[in-house]
Amino acid sequence: MRAALEASRDHVIRLTTLLRIEDLSFRYIDAERWALDHIDLSIEQGTITVLAGQSGCGKSTLLRCINGLIPHMYPGDYRGRVTLDGAPVDKTGMGELAQKVGLLFQNPENQIFMFSVERDIAFGPENLGLPREEIRGRVDEVMRLLGIVPLALRAPHELSDGQKQRVALAGVIAMRPKLIILDEPTSLLDPKTASELVGLVHRLNRELGITFVIVEHRLELLTPIADRLVVMHRGLKVMDGTPAEVLTNPLALGYGIAVPPVSMLYVDLLKDGLSLGRVPAEPRELAEEVNQL
Amino acid sequence: MSLIEFRGVTFVHQNGVTALSDITTSFDKGERVGIVGENGAGKTTLVKHINGLLKPTSGTVTVNGTNTRDVSTAHLARSVGIAFQNPDHQLFSDSVENEITFALRNFGFEESVIKKRLDWALGFFGLEEYRKSSPLVLSGGEKKRLTLASILAWDPEVVVLDEPTVGQDAIQKEKLAEIVRMLHSAGKTIIIVSHDVEFLWTLQPRLVVMKQGRIVGDGPCAKIMHDWPLMESARVTQPQLVQLYDELQRRPEGPFLDVSAARSWIGRRSE
Repeated sequence: MRAALEASRDHVIRLTTLLRIEDLSFRYIDAERWALDHIDLSIEQGTITVLAGQSGCGKSTLLRCINGLIPHMYPGDYRGRVTLDGAPVDKTGMGELAQKVGLLFQNPENQIFMFSVERDIAFGPENLGLPREEIRGRVDEVMRLLGIVPLALRAPHELSDGQKQRVALAGVIAMRPKLIILDEPTSLLDPKTASELVGLVHRLNRELGITFVIVEHRLELLTPIADRLVVMHRGLKVMDGTPAEVLTNPLALGYGIAVPPVSMLYVDLLKDGLSLGRVPAEPRELAEEVNQL
Repeated sequence: MSLIEFRGVTFVHQNGVTALSDITTSFDKGERVGIVGENGAGKTTLVKHINGLLKPTSGTVTVNGTNTRDVSTAHLARSVGIAFQNPDHQLFSDSVENEITFALRNFGFEESVIKKRLDWALGFFGLEEYRKSSPLVLSGGEKKRLTLASILAWDPEVVVLDEPTVGQDAIQKEKLAEIVRMLHSAGKTIIIVSHDVEFLWTLQPRLVVMKQGRIVGDGPCAKIMHDWPLMESARVTQPQLVQLYDELQRRPEGPFLDVSAARSWIGRRSE
């Protein structure tokens, strides 16, 4: 009975854990310090995880380990295991990994380069050698999904920053990855365009079940949609919990996390002995609590 | 007369797109100004007119009474330092040290002064360990600090920061705010172009709102950010403390300027 239970639990874990990082350490060639120091992290399918920490904390290195750039492109000391959708990343080719994980860069200029939006989106699927109709279908589908059908024949360099970001994201989604990594996706966008992108991420997560790992400094944008906030410091994973748990922990400030003003205020009001309900994800939620006092 | 004056400035790009339409405004010596607005609103085009990188298609820009059309950008650069959004467009030396001293040498500072300024800049911006390194090995955030260090080293009268907080963590942002306060107390004129409304809120500068090449709002930060229709039409989000204030049923006269102001008001009210 017990064995059966354990077997079924293992089965469940296999089904729901999309990314498993076990005791991962990495040191770039010629570097003295380990960029990653014994990291353990499991990401469940269908979740949105935000990765935060000061510059140089190891966030970008961790992303490279997830999409296989490390160890395939960056030489160094690699210890531990990264398993993505059942495949050991260090032993899986970049082509196969590209169908499991997509990366959206900070600057879409680095990512879009074709003469028209639809050609650009088709580039990845074409490289997979998919049939023509399949490619056409995928391109049309993602353009509809991201609301960029009217841009299909436009040249990417004529587009606004927000539109470019959407086109780059469309190219990533057309590969149908289970996991999408966003590296500071909003840093070049104005606040409204940034919150539109965040809304889009939320929709893709709910409607298509895509799992997201997002590196971002502007946490106030993402706390309303994130399931989890992981904080890194000097190559170590130092905090891991729901955004509410992490942002109300006094340690967060010490790790250089930009704790949104409303989270800071909430903690202060609790200290003052006020009885407040759940941790607010947005200013409106805190205002509702205060209005009831 | 103000230090910087824009009179009826219109700027049309070579491709025919109008980036600035009939801008008339001025910036006084010692003033702190934030410029907000969506991407493409003309913010960066506006600040490029201050050091003469761009000259108006029509209208005039004067700095210290000098029409920017009458002098070279090199001449204006001595009094106006701009740290651009993308540091890769700005860094070109083979080492961090040479990057910082480049302008100092160009402006003919004495070697002893150059050394002193260099040491200060490296220390202040946490770049000491990279002194001999190529700027190319720096992270995005470090590159931004280097551009700022290079500009502050020559001590210009006007400092323009274009999106200074992009890629900076909370600790670096706090340091940036400190630098702005320090420059302010030294009587510098500081102009900050930024999407980071939380950062601007902590500084409470005069705030200029741009939309489609025009100035659509100008006034104290607290007043402008609280003007919801204006913020909405310019596609600028309001800082969290302003959003909170707007949702409160009972509230003080104006929005909370910082977390501790909100804390003490809510504390008093719930007694």
